Amino acid sequence: MNFLRKVGAVAWKDLRAEWRTREVFSAMFVFALLIIIIFNFALELRAENARVLVPGILWVAFTFSGMLGLNRSFIQEKDRGSLEGLLLCPVDRSAIYLGKMLANSALMALVAVFILPVSFVLFNLSFGALPMIVVVTALGTVGFAGVGTLFSAMAVNTRAREVMLPLLLFPVAVPLIIAAVKLTAGIMDGLPVAELARWWQLLIGFDAIFFTLSFMTFDYVIEE
Amino acid sequence: MALRKDGWLWALGLLSFVGILVAGYLALVWAPPAEGFVGEAELAQRIFYFHVPAAWTGFLAFFVTFVASVAYLWKGGRKWDILAASSAEIGLVFTTMVVVTGPIWAKPTWGVWWTWSDPKLVTAAILWLIYFGYMMLRRMVEDDARRARFAAVLGIIGFADVPIVFGAARWWGQSVAHPIVVSGGGFDVAPRMLTVLMFSLAVFTLMYIVILTLRVRAEHLADAVESLKTRE
Amino acid sequence: MIQVRGLTKAFGPKKVLRGIDLDVAPGEFLTLVGPNGAGKTTFLRILATLSRATGGDALIGGVSIADHPVQVRRNIGLVSHRTLLYDDLTAVENLQFYGRMYDVPKLDARIDEVLRQVDLYFRRHEPVRTYSRGMQQRLSIARAILHDPQVMLMDEPYTGLDVQATAMLRTVLQGLAASGRTVIMTTHDLELGLEVADRVAILSGGTIGFQAPAKGLSIHDFRRIYAEQVAG
Repeated sequence: MNFLRKVGAVAWKDLRAEWRTREVFSAMFVFALLIIIIFNFALELRAENARVLVPGILWVAFTFSGMLGLNRSFIQEKDRGSLEGLLLCPVDRSAIYLGKMLANSALMALVAVFILPVSFVLFNLSFGALPMIVVVTALGTVGFAGVGTLFSAMAVNTRAREVMLPLLLFPVAVPLIIAAVKLTAGIMDGLPVAELARWWQLLIGFDAIFFTLSFMTFDYVIEE
Repeated sequence: MALRKDGWLWALGLLSFVGILVAGYLALVWAPPAEGFVGEAELAQRIFYFHVPAAWTGFLAFFVTFVASVAYLWKGGRKWDILAASSAEIGLVFTTMVVVTGPIWAKPTWGVWWTWSDPKLVTAAILWLIYFGYMMLRRMVEDDARRARFAAVLGIIGFADVPIVFGAARWWGQSVAHPIVVSGGGFDVAPRMLTVLMFSLAVFTLMYIVILTLRVRAEHLADAVESLKTRE
Repeated sequence: MIQVRGLTKAFGPKKVLRGIDLDVAPGEFLTLVGPNGAGKTTFLRILATLSRATGGDALIGGVSIADHPVQVRRNIGLVSHRTLLYDDLTAVENLQFYGRMYDVPKLDARIDEVLRQVDLYFRRHEPVRTYSRGMQQRLSIARAILHDPQVMLMDEPYTGLDVQATAMLRTVLQGLAASGRTVIMTTHDLELGLEVADRVAILSGGTIGFQAPAKGLSIHDFRRIYAEQVAG
């Protein structure tokens, strides 16, 4: 209970600070929008092929814009020295991980909340599929931010910083992206639940395994 | 003196060198042609005797990195870090072999250089990326202890990803209607072919052990030199 | 209050601290001086549990920093030349966050109290980024004393402060000394360090070469001893 209050405090201060400036969110949202627009022209999206291509484009937009947020997450703490203040607190390091991870997931999810309806309108997709796609997005976001928060804490302590995170995160996240794209496409096509079961398993399994591993190893990443 | 002390290592090194030459002969000459393969494809199919052992050795190397990473986080100790890093480096070399020989085999056999619906090939490519990131990460961290911890965390996460990537790639391969129907990938393995494959596997594994020993030793020597330099 | 025994820290082959022994009595104000790179910051970071010692241990309030870092952290307030604050949050929000992390009872009342102490109450609802350097440093002191720690660690708290803020900080420091807290402060300003301290110590070459009560030590003698110590 007490542990969860600490987790909440960490997530709250991240989101509160972000709410005041909305800098990172704006950057993420506009970047995601740009990705969609660029793909629209690069792939010549039309009504006939939209259903095939949009799931992939959406996940490129979510993950690439998520990368921006994940990078900022620890760079801000590091540059302003507040990371030390965080580490001085008499709490388990895992509470810091969980708090940061929740804030990062929330930010990514918020971008998705705005991007999804916009892209459904832009590509003239049926809104009936939206609720299930929101579920997929939530799970995908948590999985991506789960490992992403761990790697972000590592990347900030390397010489290349921003460059390092995508190099580490994307290869590991390939199964997650595959599952999320497959599910998004399957739901848009109205495939029966049974046909999508394995992708649900993959997505949830990825979330569970990498959340556990990140939770356990975060200590070693943040400690000096 | 050094020679006598390291006699066994020299012997193993020599053995693996000769072994590779023998494996080359066995694979290219002694092994019977695979049934149903003709011309270029028949020749290319013999890459199989190097492709599969390279994949196995790469996987083994990453597994050793995983074990050493766990040991480092659990017990600490620079020797675990050196072992993890050395093994990852060698694993990366063997995985490079896999992703290079794969297309050479695939082109004459399947008519394409690369197919995304072969989960083994795709997994090898993703593994290559993960462990390339691992090597990059090591270069990018200045502090020794921190580098070791970061690398150990990635060594664990990366290896845990292997079965998941493989599963995902296999399901993905099954689910897409690929324009080129992959066929003729598998074939009945004659007893003699199996002998050659087993021999090749053994030689590759031996070679891995020899290189790993040398690599680990070189790192320890570099450490010794470094501590001599800073001694006042 | 603080007992340090044989504390060492090495970054790879480079030894920064070579065995530090130090005792600080409850309520005592110790000033630690030394040239840049002598390990002052490293020493304080280890006491604050931000960095792990390579060897040796320290007890803070009878609790080992190596074995029970979380418990030790409750007892410590750290002020460094970095503010450890969130620029986009207001003073009150910063303190609310830290107060929750430290389980400070009756948090809102306590926040008002410390903000009045450092004379920032009137601007408590403005984001920290609008504060001057001196105000930020005062708020960072408020942050450090919020959970009423028994031990204050101050790492070069004067860095980057203007004359007015320096005077302000001096008052705050004297208040801390009077309140019965144990303080270790590092500085490179010998005169200022000597003035506020009960005892002074010189850290150079990774060990404490000199320590003496501040009373009766003239600034001229202190300068002379410091020069001798640093020269080796």
